[in-house]
Amino acid sequence: MTVLVINYGMGNLASVGRAFEECGATVSISDDPRDLDTADRIVLPGVGAFPDGMRNLLIAGWSDKLREVLRNPEVKLLGICLGMQLLAEVGHEGAVTPGLGFIPGKVKRFIPLNGERVPHVGWNEINASHSHRLLHAIPDGTDFYFVHSYHFEASRETDVLATTQYCGNFNAIVASGNIFGMQFHPEKSSKQGFQLIRNFLAL
Amino acid sequence: MLKTRIIPTLLWKNFGLVKGEGFDSWRRVGTVLPAIKVYNTREVDELILVDICATQEGREPDYESVAEFSCECFVPLTVGGGIQILDHITRLLHAGADKIAINTAAYAHPYLIQEAANRFGSQCVVVSIDVRHSPAGGYECYSRSGTSATGLDPTSWARQVESLGAGEILLTSAERDGTMRGYDLEMIAAVSSAVRIPVIASGGAGNYAHMSDAITNGASAIAAASIFHFTEQTPLAAKNFLRTRGIRVRPEYRPGSGSSPVPFPSPNLQPA
Repeated sequence: MTVLVINYGMGNLASVGRAFEECGATVSISDDPRDLDTADRIVLPGVGAFPDGMRNLLIAGWSDKLREVLRNPEVKLLGICLGMQLLAEVGHEGAVTPGLGFIPGKVKRFIPLNGERVPHVGWNEINASHSHRLLHAIPDGTDFYFVHSYHFEASRETDVLATTQYCGNFNAIVASGNIFGMQFHPEKSSKQGFQLIRNFLAL
Repeated sequence: MLKTRIIPTLLWKNFGLVKGEGFDSWRRVGTVLPAIKVYNTREVDELILVDICATQEGREPDYESVAEFSCECFVPLTVGGGIQILDHITRLLHAGADKIAINTAAYAHPYLIQEAANRFGSQCVVVSIDVRHSPAGGYECYSRSGTSATGLDPTSWARQVESLGAGEILLTSAERDGTMRGYDLEMIAAVSSAVRIPVIASGGAGNYAHMSDAITNGASAIAAASIFHFTEQTPLAAKNFLRTRGIRVRPEYRPGSGSSPVPFPSPNLQPA
């Protein structure tokens, strides 16, 4: 199983690569979209601001190439944190910015309801909205590590795979066909994170 | 529900881990990599790694070592020490740090916080604030590993770093550090109530009740070092104690069966 981690200049790629290796994958970290042709799994990681992330993806030509390779349903994409948010149609971080538009929805800042502190930092529970092989051996209430101020509002309920309680209910995992997004960091979520990564590799 | 985090702090000096008292009298307590491996198997919630010599010696962070450490770290890793400019932050994040902690440089160049938050997002910018009692009464922030008085009050400084885009505050009592006499609760309460970003309490934990006290006084997370280095107390036992006090902490992962493999109802794409 070959995994390509997209290097678009946004944050901590080494950890993502290491975690996938630990889960048995052959990992390459690439800044060349042409490398997508040979990948079974693609990971779009990312730490940082939505507009910067999107600009970097467009400039390097990732956006179009991703669209092309993802026509093959056997190729799966996982967006993590900012990488998940970039899957949306539009981001409201700073300037309103168009996203990749792979999963209908928009990215908005948390609005505290009961004095919650923002960013949402730490371990929080996810609960499945739908059954899915991605959630094998992940019981409801399993904790994952989150660190973010914005969240993905999906337009279609069917694209929501799991939710988490913070400032109301927000989407922790979204999925549409062969495209997946996780708001938390599986690569930093210890054993349960590895389980999710193995599940993703096995899809 | 969001869990209260228990975060071991690893102080790193000249290739080894150390722990002192009042930011002084450093004792060797092992090496970094094995400690990171052990803490990972014990499922700690996060780790904070601070190079306590970098700023004092006027050098940049040691990116190669950080890369080596982060390879073995599958929980979030915050790295501090020696950060002066945005490029240092970029390189630390590339080396595998999930968050960076700025202390001394934030006083000299507060806009560094803003630059880092704009570039990488507030969530990875931790501002570390070291505090001592002021001779004039009240509290005062100190830079350069607790050696240099800044004249700033921690509450107003905390508000300022929050407005500049800091995502978290690591609040350390330099006087309590290493003493295991308990956190400075008054300071924690003052700073936690002054800001809307999470505050990590640091400096003085000697037992689990101290941790519980810091949380009731407003801390979102607990950092501790001596208690884990020099006593039999562990992060896991700390969590068990805090649970008895009604504080929500992360339980150990139990796989169970999870959700069954039913095809996912996607409107226009193949089931996964």
